[in-house]
Amino acid sequence: MANYYNDNEKIKFEVGQNALMQRIVALKERDFADKGQYDYAPEDYEDAMDSYNRVLDIVGEVTADVVAPNAEAVDAEGPHCEGGRVRYAEKTAENLDVMTKAGMNGMTMPRRYGGLNLPVTVYTAANEIVSAGDASFENIWSLQDCIETLYCFGNEEQRQKYIPRVCAGETMSMDLTEPDAGSDLQSVMLKATYDEENKCWRLNGSKRFITNGDSDIHLVLARSEAGTRDGRGLSMFIYDKRDGGVDVRRIENKLGIHGSPTCELVYKNAKCELCGDRKLGLIKYVMSLMNGARLGIAAQSVGLSQAAYNEAVAYAQDRKQFGKAIIEFPAVREMIGNIQARLDAGRALLYETARYVDIYKALEDISRERKLEAEERAELKRFSRLADAFTPLAKGMNSEYANQNGYDCIQVHGGSGFMLEYACQRIYRDARITSIYEGTTQLQTVAAIRYVTNGFYAQVMEEMMTETSAAAQYAAQVERLKAMTEKYNTVTAAVREKENQEVLDFAARHLYEMAADIIMSHLMLQHAAKAPELFEQSMNHFLDMAEAEVAKHSVLVSRLIG
Amino acid sequence: MNIVVLAKQVPDTRNVGPDAMTPEGTVNRSALPAIFNPEDLNALEQALRLKEQNPGTTVTVLTMGPDRAAEVVKEAMYRGADGGYLLTDRAFAGADTLATSYALSTAIRHFAPNVDLIIGGRQAIDGDTAQVGPQVAEKLGLNQITYTEEILSCDGKTIRVVRHIDGGVETVETALPCVLTVNGSAAPCRPRNAKRVMAYKKAEVPHLTCADVEADLNQCGLAGSPTKVKHVENIVFKAKESKQLTGSDEDINGLIQELLASHTIG
Repeated sequence: MANYYNDNEKIKFEVGQNALMQRIVALKERDFADKGQYDYAPEDYEDAMDSYNRVLDIVGEVTADVVAPNAEAVDAEGPHCEGGRVRYAEKTAENLDVMTKAGMNGMTMPRRYGGLNLPVTVYTAANEIVSAGDASFENIWSLQDCIETLYCFGNEEQRQKYIPRVCAGETMSMDLTEPDAGSDLQSVMLKATYDEENKCWRLNGSKRFITNGDSDIHLVLARSEAGTRDGRGLSMFIYDKRDGGVDVRRIENKLGIHGSPTCELVYKNAKCELCGDRKLGLIKYVMSLMNGARLGIAAQSVGLSQAAYNEAVAYAQDRKQFGKAIIEFPAVREMIGNIQARLDAGRALLYETARYVDIYKALEDISRERKLEAEERAELKRFSRLADAFTPLAKGMNSEYANQNGYDCIQVHGGSGFMLEYACQRIYRDARITSIYEGTTQLQTVAAIRYVTNGFYAQVMEEMMTETSAAAQYAAQVERLKAMTEKYNTVTAAVREKENQEVLDFAARHLYEMAADIIMSHLMLQHAAKAPELFEQSMNHFLDMAEAEVAKHSVLVSRLIG
Repeated sequence: MNIVVLAKQVPDTRNVGPDAMTPEGTVNRSALPAIFNPEDLNALEQALRLKEQNPGTTVTVLTMGPDRAAEVVKEAMYRGADGGYLLTDRAFAGADTLATSYALSTAIRHFAPNVDLIIGGRQAIDGDTAQVGPQVAEKLGLNQITYTEEILSCDGKTIRVVRHIDGGVETVETALPCVLTVNGSAAPCRPRNAKRVMAYKKAEVPHLTCADVEADLNQCGLAGSPTKVKHVENIVFKAKESKQLTGSDEDINGLIQELLASHTIG
């Protein structure tokens, strides 16, 4: 029987073959403190890794048996808006039911709230796997990670009230966007007022483009400070659908991810609870929410790239022209090689980021229980910076790759790819949103650029070189990577010397991509050194692509500087 | 309620590769993955639904086979069963359906004397006999409903079931305790559950031997199996030349003569 996890040695490699996992497990399991208290808690590192493997095996099986076969019907039917409520497509509801029975909710939450206490890395793999089956379903299901923000910033009463519900399968949404507040969330106008009589907050106004807008538990960004106009007047609220007061006015008709209901919401004096402190809604909580969501989109994108690869290979092996399978033709093979290289390199970047997120989040969580030691504080600082620097790279690059891979996948199909009967057209349409939502690629560049200008990426590259250059068999590749890094350092220095914000803004995307290309080249070389049978081919292919990209960007930035 | 689910570990005959059969024409078990018999999963789902609807219900899985068949019990626990037994003994080896149903019914008498419901799949994909469920009912003197599609209601005293029969369905009712066999077209089984997998992955499945269940050795295994395999033939299906006939009297008469001559009809 097919299994989207077990059949994929590369995902297994990412989850199972990394030295950081030892640290992640130790931190996440607090040295196995739950052992004996919960029958499903691991006893040691091997036991934990074995459990992760088994959980992902279930996700892989459910995706192969249910989610993927349902994808076409989900795409065709889409959700319905009836009497202010959302009714999912029949097969979406079936997917949710099966995932709930499989217990795949609240996956990263602590056991004391009913969660599985899995690392973000493992959850990321689950995300990727589900997305490869149906990215629109992944969209709904993965909103469970909004609970992370409630866990971090809500009070204990709110944690106890909401987290077990999410672990039991209730869905979530994050209500941020409004007609006049998209990328510019500081302009959010949804009004939150305190109802003195009933001692609760009330929401009034509207939101739009809200994914899974009729969810059970919403995190809502609203203006609690009357008279303010910027981000400092915004707070975060929890709206419980059981209380009522929020209706769905309509569901958007979209290019892709048809199964995912994108809603326009109307808040009519809806009762809600303040989450965390007033005025920190945007500047602290939404930023945290967004970073989690961006990692999620990076995983969704990698899943789509995997789906594009699978479809392209299957078709190219099957389709015969001029007396042979079209995969035999170099022009087709090159496209498939491109998809494979972008998929493997993007995936390596995704999991590297996820591991950084795991370490800093676990340490941050421990810091809520006890004071961290000096060493731990340094570790937290380091990994939280790495996570912050890598997340926009992982999201931006993988979402652009998913689009390119969807495009190439259709191209491999030729005329048939343009017809609606093959899955490649759905992958192509579903991929399109990934480089837009949760911050466009342009905004990922904005989030990342300070790590270019402050030299952090350069420092990371230097540190990575120690491990990368240890692979003697790839000495030639390492030399090329050094030359690429040299180019990056030269143009970043030149831009910095210019001290001209406009030049920097124009150069930003190029510098961002150069940094990402070089970092992914490192990761691919390190992967190939550990598992040449899995990665050597795509490492060489990716290095060619990255080298050409870095050269291109270097020329373009040089022209900008003049 | 006290429910026993009968399950069998079988070679996955749905994914047959080129080395699925030995040159002697027998099943090459090492080349086929061992799986939970598909219709037994449908049976398990029916049991788990009853458990959900009737708090306090226990679902116990019983399987017979070698040590590795214990995986079937664990698999059922991952999906929601409370526990189970592996009936295993050299004396059970070589059992046909009669000896198998004797061993299973003896075991049920032993560990679940107050059983309310016994549910199994319609048949296993290796033997395809559909005899074991009905034979267990016969040996325990219980009512039986075969070809179950759906359980409509069960109040602990009676059960209403939709049966799939030739040309339609029928709804039947019987008193508990009874035996049901379930079709593959019934609701698919729920997936393995993450927490249950992590909790039960190291669980030991209790074994029951011939002596444990006080079975009569003469009715077990090869000794208790009247079925004797006389000969196994390896058949390779080959397509034959086709012949086109029109609806003319001449063609039809010719065909009838031909079929009579080959003793296909008449």
